[in-house]
Amino acid sequence: METTQCALLNQISEYQFVCVELNLYLDTHPKDEAARADYLCYSKMLQQLITQYEEQYGPLQNFGHSPTETGCYVCSKWPWE
Amino acid sequence: MWIYQKKLEYPVNITAPDPRMAKALMAQYGGPDSELAASMRYLTQRFSMPDNRVRATCNDIGTEELAHWEMIGTMIYQCMRGASLEEIEAAGLLGYYTMHNHGVYPADPNGVPFTASYIQCTGDPIADLVEDLAADAAIT
Repeated sequence: METTQCALLNQISEYQFVCVELNLYLDTHPKDEAARADYLCYSKMLQQLITQYEEQYGPLQNFGHSPTETGCYVCSKWPWE
Repeated sequence: MWIYQKKLEYPVNITAPDPRMAKALMAQYGGPDSELAASMRYLTQRFSMPDNRVRATCNDIGTEELAHWEMIGTMIYQCMRGASLEEIEAAGLLGYYTMHNHGVYPADPNGVPFTASYIQCTGDPIADLVEDLAADAAIT
């Protein structure tokens, strides 16, 4: 995987990490307005990054969740390779 | 339902064989307090939880544990990749290799296969959550 692709994927992982942690916090504190605002902000950023990645390098997700004309789901390497 | 994302939660890139480490990692892949056990614990116990917040927490942690399980499986796969038979035998994995070759089978480091009897689902929310605490506390 080329360096720029790898960097974008790592950036996605960073935003995902924030979103997972905020999500788990919101599971038990659903009315925390500050956390909700953070979650919304990071979710939007994450979606932008994923869309950008998929337009450039191909789909990350299966089952209809990655509409992109680039690449194909089965063509890219699996993450353990 | 679940959607798969073709990436790891955190990237894993192990380039040199290390079957000794692969054996140790099997505790986290197929042992009683493995990521697999954790995931199955949360995803089964969630059904009978009495509160939306607890159902959400069990559902979402159980989902994330599967992503952890995939990272551990990747680590085992890459630690075994390119290992010679001598290295595999020296690591104490000759029995594993005989049974599973380079397959990543859910067993603990002693070759004991994963089983549902590692986990509990009593239907009592407090008992189940205490079991989750015990399982998570086993990871040091």
